Formats: sequence, structure tokens, C-alpha cells
Amino acid sequence: MTTSAVPRNAKLQRKSLGRRITDNWQLYVLLLVPVILTIIYKYGPMYGIQIAFRNYNPGLGITGSPWAGWKWFERFFRAPTFDRMLWNTVKLSVYGLLWSFPVPIILSLILNQLRFKKLKRTVQTVIYAPHFISTMVICGMLRIFLSPSGGLINLIAGTQIDFLTESSAFRTIYIASGIWQEAGWGTIIYLATLSSIDPALYEAATVDGASVFQRILHIDIPCLLPMIILQLIMSVSGIMNVGFEKAFLLQTDLNRATSDIISIYVYEQGIVSGKYELGTAVGLFNTAINIVLLVVVNRIAKKYGEVNFV
Amino acid sequence: MTVFARKKQGQLGGLSDRTSDIILVIFSLIILLIIAYPLYYVLVASFSDPYDVYAGKTFLLPSQATLDGYKAVFAEPNIVRGYGNSILYTVVGTIFSVAMIYLVAYPLSVKELPGKKIVSIFFIITMYFGGGLIPTYLIVQKTGIMQTIWAMFLPGGVAVSNAIIARNYFENSIPGSLKEAASIDGASHFRIFFSMIIPLSLPILSVMVIFSMVAYWNDWFTALIYMTNEQAPLPLVLRNILIKSSASASQASMISGGYAELNKMTEMIKFASIIVAAAPMLIAYPFVQKYFEKGLMAGAVKG
Repeated sequence: MTTSAVPRNAKLQRKSLGRRITDNWQLYVLLLVPVILTIIYKYGPMYGIQIAFRNYNPGLGITGSPWAGWKWFERFFRAPTFDRMLWNTVKLSVYGLLWSFPVPIILSLILNQLRFKKLKRTVQTVIYAPHFISTMVICGMLRIFLSPSGGLINLIAGTQIDFLTESSAFRTIYIASGIWQEAGWGTIIYLATLSSIDPALYEAATVDGASVFQRILHIDIPCLLPMIILQLIMSVSGIMNVGFEKAFLLQTDLNRATSDIISIYVYEQGIVSGKYELGTAVGLFNTAINIVLLVVVNRIAKKYGEVNFV
Repeated sequence: MTVFARKKQGQLGGLSDRTSDIILVIFSLIILLIIAYPLYYVLVASFSDPYDVYAGKTFLLPSQATLDGYKAVFAEPNIVRGYGNSILYTVVGTIFSVAMIYLVAYPLSVKELPGKKIVSIFFIITMYFGGGLIPTYLIVQKTGIMQTIWAMFLPGGVAVSNAIIARNYFENSIPGSLKEAASIDGASHFRIFFSMIIPLSLPILSVMVIFSMVAYWNDWFTALIYMTNEQAPLPLVLRNILIKSSASASQASMISGGYAELNKMTEMIKFASIIVAAAPMLIAYPFVQKYFEKGLMAGAVKG
């Protein structure tokens, strides 16, 4: 098999570039529509970023509008709520990462050691469920559960607290519900990694008298480590992409002190108030931080040779 | 050999293994409870009298079991229209999305394609860098698809991470020798694509379909900025009911019992509409669950 494939590949190599292009014209045809769409709707907006530096006038178009320098950025930095938004965004995502990152790992370590296959499969099916529910529905449920009059949480605790008006509760609500929704889904990748462990390893360990805890510590965790690092890198690089949807839907006038984040500002200024330049500038600021993080993290990633993610 | 070793493990494991088994089972049941109970509670509440729900009488079973909530949900024209819109966007969007994923994934899985690397980079850049909300909004405006169904999926372009998953699957799980044999027999790329790649990749196809379906079914923000109220999909309609807690005019005119009755209706609709909105995806995903691992791993092994 392999021996016959080698000369064939060699022959392909010898074909001229032009020949290889004409031979594969059908593949370029397949790529045509996705490429055109990507140019229009992905690269088009990248070109449009320049309105962050202009006084946009729809009549004059993007390139026809006069330059405005750093005006819109300055306006953003001078906004009375700038500090608040920046720190809320950073805190929400850093705390969110710290709390939610370990949960799927712990869950999958438990599930992997579970010897009752039927129970394991049932738990898996159930913990995936919240991932398939719309943020809108999740926030609707949260509003019901957290309601001061007869909400589930208040019923259980015997209190009448209006959680969504308390700024001090916002981050906890946001992060805890995020764990509830996504931790189960996050186990898939770890469980798949764990399932590649050679059963003979467990057998040998058991024969040597290793307890379940020791097996987790000495077999499972070392096996998961590269995947854990990979996942951590990917999460860190998206740190400014903290979910707009949930913050937007859980925001009330009274919890703004902690729920005001940059992406909500972009929506309110850009879409609701129609200040396109300001919205674009703020969005660019956000993206710029992400890019810096991505580059830094990519550098770190390269040190782990086998973990190759871009 | 393994059977023997397993048996031996059972015997040798003794008490400590049994204890840890019990601990693991208890942990699993707690996890199960934490995830499932909130959903169960809403389900029970949707069949109950809302005043009993808020009085804490429905922790386990419905109280004064009734279907009124569901009747009210399906009598509400906004919700019914939203449901129809959601189905339309989900079906059309999924077909579009999966087609785009396959159109990108197959060519990029062909080793000898000139320019493959450039095209890959061209797509991957869009995963990490974008114009952002406002410039995208302006392009949607400019291309004249505002307030048309196209606005629901064209701006999303190609789901690049899914395309990478599919490409890796084509590379790793469809034997290269099969493709080679086909092309030596004179099959064109179109032919290979339609009569070999698609039928041989059904597991990954089903994963892509469910991922796309979920994304469109649950999306509301796209519709919030690009569509009119009449075109709102279900989750956006629910925003008024669940988040803003406002009763619609049609509800108010429907009900003769005054404000208290209206209030009760509003609360009932909340629970039933949550179930109605979440149910389709919750029913669908277990069917393809066994392919999730394969799908996600294919994407993680080699970005």
C-alpha cells in the first residue's frame, strides 16, 4: 500500500504548478462562494474599521468621510463610566475563567472513574443539556429563580432578596450560571482524551494497590495536562470576548455598577444611539487587547511543541 | 488477558474500591441533580398554577395541574409567529451553514491543492480578528440585506472552527487510498465530493447540522439589530415576556378577569414558553451525542 503510494506522490510533485491548478479547478469553484462571502462580510468590516478614525458621513461613504484622528478613542477614555466598564469587563472574564475553568476537568475525572457505564452515559447526556438552551431562555430562568417574590432561590433560602438589583450579586450570578450551562459541555474534550488511556495502565496500577484517587493523580491528570494547557491558552486569548448576551439580559438599572461592560457600551452607543464611529472605536479597542493577548499566548504556546493551535 | 485482569481487579480492589465507587456515584448523582433540577422545576411549574409555584408548592410535582400555560402560549400570536420565524431561520440557516462548511472543508483537505495554505490562513484570520459589531452592521446595511432573511446568516459567513473540524475529519477518517483510487478511475473532484465525501462523513455531518441548528435556533441578537418586530424569532419574542416581563396588548384584550388574571397569565406563559423554546434542541441532541466526542476531538487534535 504505502510503497505504491510513494511513487504516485512523487509524480504529483513533478507536475507543474499550472498543471496542478488546472487539474484542481473544481476545488476552486467549490471555494468560490465561501471566499466571496468572507471577503464581503468579514474582510469588508475590517476595512470599515477606519471609520473609528473618521467623522463618518453616510453620504460621503467610508473613504470619503473626513479624518478625525483619535477623537473617538479620547471620547471613550474620557467617558465617565470608562474605568467602571474596563474593570467590569476584565473582572468578569478573569474571575469567570478562574472559577469555570477547573470544573469540567474535575467533572470528567469523576465521570471517567465511574464504573457503571449506564449511569455515566445518563450523567453525560444530562450535563450536555444546558449547552443547547438559548441565552435568552437561561436568563429568563434566572430572572424567575432569582425573583424576590417566590423565586426558587428565595423559596429555598427563605429570604426575599431581589438579587438582580444587587450589584454585589451580579458576577456570582453570571459566573455560576455560566458554569451550570457550559461545564458539562466542556467535559467532552477531556473525556475523549481520557478514553485514550490504555486500560492496562489502570490494571497495573490497581494490581499494585493504587486507590482511585492515586489513579486519578498519577495516570489521569498527567494524561490530561497537554489538553488542559491547550484549553487554557485558548480561553486566555479570548478574555475580552466576555459574553455580551448574558450581561445585557441580566442588566438592570440597579446592578449597573458591576454589569456595565464594554460590549454593552458598543451596542448602546453604536446601534441604539447611532454613533457609529464611537462604537467602532470601542470595538477596535477591545479587539486590540485580544490580539495582544493572542500574540503573547501564542508565544507561550510555541514552547509546548506538540500543542499547535493556530 | 484483560478479562482475567478485570476480574482480579474486582477481587483485589476490595473495600477501598467499593467505597470509592460509592463516593463517585454520590458525586455523579449530585451533579445530575444540580444540572437537571432547574429544568425539571420549570417543567413542573409550566403545568402548575403560578401562584402555587411562587408559594413553593411545586418543588416535586405540579399543583393544580393544568395545560392553560401552553394554551396561552399557542394562543399568543407573537409567539406563534416567532416560532414560525425560528423554524424558517433554523432550516435555511442550517442548510446554508453546513453547505459553507463542506465547501471550505473538502478543498482544504486535498493535499496537492495549490494555494491551500493561503486559503486556510484567509479563513483562519477571521476567527481571531474581525471588524466588530458596527462595521459589520454598516456592511449589512450597504449590501441591502437588512430586514431580509439573508441578514440572519450571510453576515456570519463561514463557521471556520467547524470547517476545521470537518476538514480534519476528511483528512483523518476517510482513507486517502479511497480518494486516490477514485481519482485514478477518472472521478472528478465534484464527483468525489458528492458521491464519496458526503456519504462517508455522515457522523461529522450530523454534528455540524446539530451545531448549526442550535446556533440559529438560539440566536436572537442578529434579529435584534437587523430585523423588524414581525420578523423576530422566538427567543427575541420571549425577551418581552421573560426579561421585560410585559404583557402584550393581545393578551390584555383576551382576558376578561382583570389585572390579577392578566398577571397570572403572564406568569404562566413564562414557564410554558421556556419549555416550548428549549424543547426542540433538548430532544434533538441526544440522537447525535455519540458523535460529539469524535467531532470535537477532530477539531482539537490539529487546529
